[in-house]
Amino acid sequence: MEVLNTFFIAPVLDMADSPIFLLEVIIGGLMAGVMYSLVALGFVLIYKASGVFNYAQGAMVLFAALTLVGLLDNHVPLILAIILTMIVMVGVAFLIERYMLRHLVNQAQIILFMATIGLNFVFEGAGQIAWGSNVKKLDVGIPENSFEVGGVLINSFDLFAAVTAAVLVGVLAIFFQKTSVGRALRAVADDHQAALSVGIPLKTIWIIVWSVSGFVALVAGIMWGGKAGVQFSLVLIALKALPVLILGGFESVPGAIIGGLLIGVFEKVSEVYWGPAFGGAIEGWFAYMAALVFLMFRPQGLFGEKIIERV
Amino acid sequence: MFYREAGQFKSTYGADQAIFPIVQDRWFMVLVLLVSYVVVPMFADEYWYQAILIPFIILALAAVGLNILTGYCGQVSLGTGAFMAVGAYATYKLSTGFPELNIIIVFLMSGAIAAAVGIVFGLPSLRIKGFYLAVATLAAQFFILWVFNKVEWFFNYSPSGTITAPPREIFSVLITGPEASPEARYYVVLVFLTVFALAAKNMARGHLGRSWMAIRDMDIAAEIIGIRPLQTKLLAFAISSFYCGVAGALYIFCWLGSAETEAFDILNISFPVLFMVIVGGLGSVLGSILGAGFITLLPIFLTNAPPVIGLEISTELQKHIEEIIFGVMIIFFLIVEPHGFNRLWQIAKEKLRMWPFPY
Repeated sequence: MEVLNTFFIAPVLDMADSPIFLLEVIIGGLMAGVMYSLVALGFVLIYKASGVFNYAQGAMVLFAALTLVGLLDNHVPLILAIILTMIVMVGVAFLIERYMLRHLVNQAQIILFMATIGLNFVFEGAGQIAWGSNVKKLDVGIPENSFEVGGVLINSFDLFAAVTAAVLVGVLAIFFQKTSVGRALRAVADDHQAALSVGIPLKTIWIIVWSVSGFVALVAGIMWGGKAGVQFSLVLIALKALPVLILGGFESVPGAIIGGLLIGVFEKVSEVYWGPAFGGAIEGWFAYMAALVFLMFRPQGLFGEKIIERV
Repeated sequence: MFYREAGQFKSTYGADQAIFPIVQDRWFMVLVLLVSYVVVPMFADEYWYQAILIPFIILALAAVGLNILTGYCGQVSLGTGAFMAVGAYATYKLSTGFPELNIIIVFLMSGAIAAAVGIVFGLPSLRIKGFYLAVATLAAQFFILWVFNKVEWFFNYSPSGTITAPPREIFSVLITGPEASPEARYYVVLVFLTVFALAAKNMARGHLGRSWMAIRDMDIAAEIIGIRPLQTKLLAFAISSFYCGVAGALYIFCWLGSAETEAFDILNISFPVLFMVIVGGLGSVLGSILGAGFITLLPIFLTNAPPVIGLEISTELQKHIEEIIFGVMIIFFLIVEPHGFNRLWQIAKEKLRMWPFPY
């Protein structure tokens, strides 16, 4: 009876007690979710276009953010710094294609996955050698004040992140669906060899997609870095993005967004209302468990392509 | 010339079905056992045992376990650290709760407990496949470690939250805890690895292993020819977790002495062990052991190499350079030989067979 009370009745009563607070928690969750989505987006792009499950996305976020901060510290103007960072990310994409992916065409997915974990180490080490490993402040001039809408506090930084994410997704959706490069990307995603045989330049496509995901990493890096400072733990947000991925489906851009929002809300609400019942610090695994339970009913995630098995 | 099975006729089914049907393989095994049981202890000192040999053997055991699941049965798991933690904490609870129980039995019972946990977290594998499953096993990783951190009963309400291996003896030789001599601990882990590796090899070539491989290669087809996916997959999870559980128990009791859940973290255990399996070669027991050697030795080599060649760099910088070299080596290895050490071993055997006349 007591268990029933702490786990099922008390949290609901708490929610009903103060709807404004619940709304605030939910909005806080949505904002956190946007941040997860930004990271998950990078995963999805690369998975879609090359079938590579890129564990190094988190390290790419760190690397991009470190590069940007490093440039800003050397008094490079903001716009120029962002452009330079973007050039660096394109260069990185080129190197990755030239020295890693090209040699791993048609390998099993697990091999590619492990290779990206190796890549993760390289990014971590290189970023910290180049720019040092202490926590850095990243300030790109996004306003950080809160304002009230109908009694609910909203942080303008979070709002800015949400708008950025929305724009990013819109642009990416058009890019994937309407341009010829986007079509080529989807063809490569389906089958490396078949795409090659109809004359799609695999190398160029890969450079493009890794550059795009480097760009997404840069955006995510600016947002996360602006919020929490640029530090080593940015790498670990990759682990935060994984439940978002399986919830939304690996191949789906909208999935990454909606999955991120759902996970964000879910995490915040559970932390606030159920956290005390579990004894706290549940955000590390709650999202995973939720995604796992969800997958039992829909093994390909919310928006993943239907798994068709042929014998 | 050296490795030629020509002329080795088998006249009984028993001889044909032996684990090592070829004479040279048997001699090789004898040699390996001789070296590891007799020659190595003659030369090894404390540092070798503690820094290299014991962790290598324990992680090799975990890698063999994960290879059963990932290499033979095709279910990618990132929850190795959690299953090892289950083994370690179960051993701790059992050996402090029943001090008179033989420690070997405690190890095996802990393995069984880990196997039960493995079955529970293996259940989703029936519906979830590929990377979705890999990420889902992370749920096990984070959840189990959180439980061990939060529920004080698991570490006997000790204020520091660590578990410490109590001293236990077999045949009146101290084998666990920090006081035990490195030789004793070395022999214990070595015996475990020998027995378990042979058992794994045996399972892999029999009915069980073949049904795992059928499931791995195409599970629907396997189902059609009459292999039950439920039992087969869960059995793979159970046996793999059993191996990992025992490895986890040895990890604390015969190596670290005391630890927190941090020791079983995803970056400390789950990824490295998966690396060992991949670098060693999926679906190969020998490969897992070689892979474990490679992954444990590489960082030690990288740490010790710069001073030897007379390079003076700050520890901070060296740590990052190590990271980069480690990453590059992994990528390089995967590019050069994606099928791992096992494939290199096959090639070597093929070369020996032909030598010195390659055609």
